Amino acid sequence: MGIPTVNGAVYFDDRYLGNPLVFAGSVGLIPRDQCFGAAKPGDRIIALGGRTGRDGIHGATFSSAELTDTHADEFSHAVQIGNAITEKKTLDVILQARDHQDGCLYSAITDCGAGGFSSACGEMGSQIGAFVQLEKAPLKYAGLSYTEIWISEAQERMVLAVPPDNVPALAKLCDAEDVEWCDLGHFGTDNAELILTYEDHEVGRMAMHFLHEGLPRTIRKAEWSAKLETRNSTASTAALPLKPETDSRDYEKSLLALLAHPNIASKHWIVRQYDHEVQGGSVIKPLVGPRADGPSDAAVLRPKLDTDQAIALSNGLATMLGDIDPYWMTLAAIDEAVRNAVCVGADPRKIAILDNFCWASCDDPRNLGSLVRAAEACYDGAIAYKTPFISGKDSLNNQFTTEAGQRIAIPPTLLISAIAIVPDITRCLTMDAKHAGDILLQIGETTNAMGASHLAACGLAATNSDIPRVNLQSAPHQLATVAALIEQQLLASAHDCSEGGLLVAASEMAFAGNLGLSLNLHAVPRPRNDNLCDLAACFAETPSRILVEVAPDHLESVIRILKQADVPFGEIGRFNDSATLTVRSHDAGRLLSIDIEKLRNTWRKPLDW
Amino acid sequence: MTPQTLILRSAGTNCDVELAHAFHLAGSDTQSIHLNALIEHPERLAEFDILGFPGGFSFGDDIAAGRILANRLKHRLYPALRDFVAAGKPVIGICNGFQVLVKLGLLPDFDPQRDIQPPTQTATLADNALPRFTDRWVSLRAEPQSVCIWTKGLDELQLCIAHGEGRFLADDTVLDQLETNRQIALRYTDNPNGSMRDIAGVCDKSGLVFGLMPHPERLNHPTNHINWTRNAPASRGVPAPAPQLPGALGLTFFRNAVEYAQKAHHSPVS
Repeated sequence: MGIPTVNGAVYFDDRYLGNPLVFAGSVGLIPRDQCFGAAKPGDRIIALGGRTGRDGIHGATFSSAELTDTHADEFSHAVQIGNAITEKKTLDVILQARDHQDGCLYSAITDCGAGGFSSACGEMGSQIGAFVQLEKAPLKYAGLSYTEIWISEAQERMVLAVPPDNVPALAKLCDAEDVEWCDLGHFGTDNAELILTYEDHEVGRMAMHFLHEGLPRTIRKAEWSAKLETRNSTASTAALPLKPETDSRDYEKSLLALLAHPNIASKHWIVRQYDHEVQGGSVIKPLVGPRADGPSDAAVLRPKLDTDQAIALSNGLATMLGDIDPYWMTLAAIDEAVRNAVCVGADPRKIAILDNFCWASCDDPRNLGSLVRAAEACYDGAIAYKTPFISGKDSLNNQFTTEAGQRIAIPPTLLISAIAIVPDITRCLTMDAKHAGDILLQIGETTNAMGASHLAACGLAATNSDIPRVNLQSAPHQLATVAALIEQQLLASAHDCSEGGLLVAASEMAFAGNLGLSLNLHAVPRPRNDNLCDLAACFAETPSRILVEVAPDHLESVIRILKQADVPFGEIGRFNDSATLTVRSHDAGRLLSIDIEKLRNTWRKPLDW
Repeated sequence: MTPQTLILRSAGTNCDVELAHAFHLAGSDTQSIHLNALIEHPERLAEFDILGFPGGFSFGDDIAAGRILANRLKHRLYPALRDFVAAGKPVIGICNGFQVLVKLGLLPDFDPQRDIQPPTQTATLADNALPRFTDRWVSLRAEPQSVCIWTKGLDELQLCIAHGEGRFLADDTVLDQLETNRQIALRYTDNPNGSMRDIAGVCDKSGLVFGLMPHPERLNHPTNHINWTRNAPASRGVPAPAPQLPGALGLTFFRNAVEYAQKAHHSPVS
């Protein structure tokens, strides 16, 4: 299709075994005057693109049902068989029809998604009715019943409402690019009915009003009770808490275990198998630094090649927190998505977000209760960060019953995707450390809360319900201040501090930039009167923190701005030309000294296939 | 005179917009024309000064990358293409476009006077040594002695590759001939796909028909470069009013061809 694949994440949890989730999001540009359309009475119902087949019958029904071990055989027909070239040709023709010299050739357009023609024609004709002749649809092979034609979810089909006078021009475009089309009937019927015929026999008639408004509103029960005990299934119950006086070997072991954790380890094996450069507008890539092995916080693209404005795309996901409380999981995900976009140079005043909910069956009041908690956090987060939700999607029955009758339900999963305006691409930043001698600042405080952290998931820290919480009062201001520093070109690099905590983020900056780094935990910012332990300073996943690299010449200006803004920060380290990461603490002296190359290899190796 | 560039599109072409943009920045007017339209009116090709075959997955890369489009061209457009090359006009094939030119036989060994009929294919672009699609930036060296008009003035540079079938293969005799004729225009310094003799791009004997796997059109702006943020002075010292970024070297290929077309226009090839 020629669509760059620029940003993503992979999360692992045993409970995704029965229902692996895949989220895909896309962004497009639309001329402002073409955002809204409506089918008019008399418009022809034109279907473009792929043929209709038996693939994808009941696809939506299938994907909404609880799966069992026999589904793969019983529902193989529910899987659509995609064809990228048919889709690309269809796209090429639609763009030409949209930008036609005589004006846009269609009055409305929609894709054949769930429900196929039934939902496409049904939605477009919801106010005025539609008359559909089902035998007109080109088929992949003979033998489909009219019902199958009507509900097939075969891919690459678009339905357009086309004024009769424009049909010849559209047909000409289709013929020139070898795209198949058909005229299924017309919009507008007496009494706004949906009427279906097959070879001149009426096979369906129903009032559009009943079709769209006839379903009584469902009332469901939701329950929520705060959990005191953890339910984190990925953490070993025999987890050993590290104590502050633990010796350096344990810190080394912890850092290496985190870098190798599949959620954190390099995803280059996946990134490189997708084209992230097509369209020629890539500004910040998924992998950055002199060896292209630094994990970028977000992608930046110039969708219009003739301007210096761009968009940033990022995501946030904090599934592990959801076992304790989906409210804080959701805020952490929103915070991370916004923070990632800010790190590459996005304007935090111009960020919009998407929600993608995947939950286990919401017939269970407890699952619905946790969904309500997440939805409440979406509201609070959107207000606090001033980030409107502009789209989203949900899938609310993700559980699987094995042959032995064991039910595997996914953990509550909410992906937040962010799209942001980057006002000036020449001010964009990457996360790789740039120069020996530069100072590393941590912006934002670390707390002792380590519940549901990756260190706990590695079995190296006690897991409990004391999870980090986003501070909605301070976090947006903190991110806006970092954005101002980037806008004034005072930073050399910036990186979000999230999964795995400070040492993981700092290691990534150092090895991505081929530099050594000395860190002093004493300088890590913390809440006043909070006795921050070394372990948390290193590995806690407190939200809203950003690591920034500052050249010595800029340090004074940066500190002045941070103090004026009353944003907590600490000068926690300095990049150097050595090949090691050293970490010192006030209490323990030298906690850690480890080869940068070892950190890099540990991070790269687990998924380096 | 502003040279006119034809960008040839077909089902599955997906790098045509940025290729047109790169030619535009290099000083050419461009028109993207669908294969079907050109087959209907092959005489239109003669109206153009430069011909570009963009990247993508023509016809889904069914059978092999570029094979179906190459066959269409061979059977439906060959005389017009031969005349275009015989007229001494530059042709470039990038990625899938390179695969098409090789499978059509226009690269590397083509002689418009000799090849009244479509030539036999003498090289191929096979599956990468690590047989999967790979997107990454690679370091390249332009051969200073090459006859290629597209790579003049280039030395070392980085470009991105994005392909699954980019491994240049040919018999030793063909490869030796390419070396002797100075047709190897571009080599990988860190061979990413197992190409023989590190070949990233080759031209025909005239130096006008050029194909390469890396994507110069994707380095159409300084911020496209993989390491532009490390070279930008903005993060050092006083903020620069307008950052002095290193140039978009990808455009050099297109400027070379545009300049060539302009000169050729003033002194037509006999």
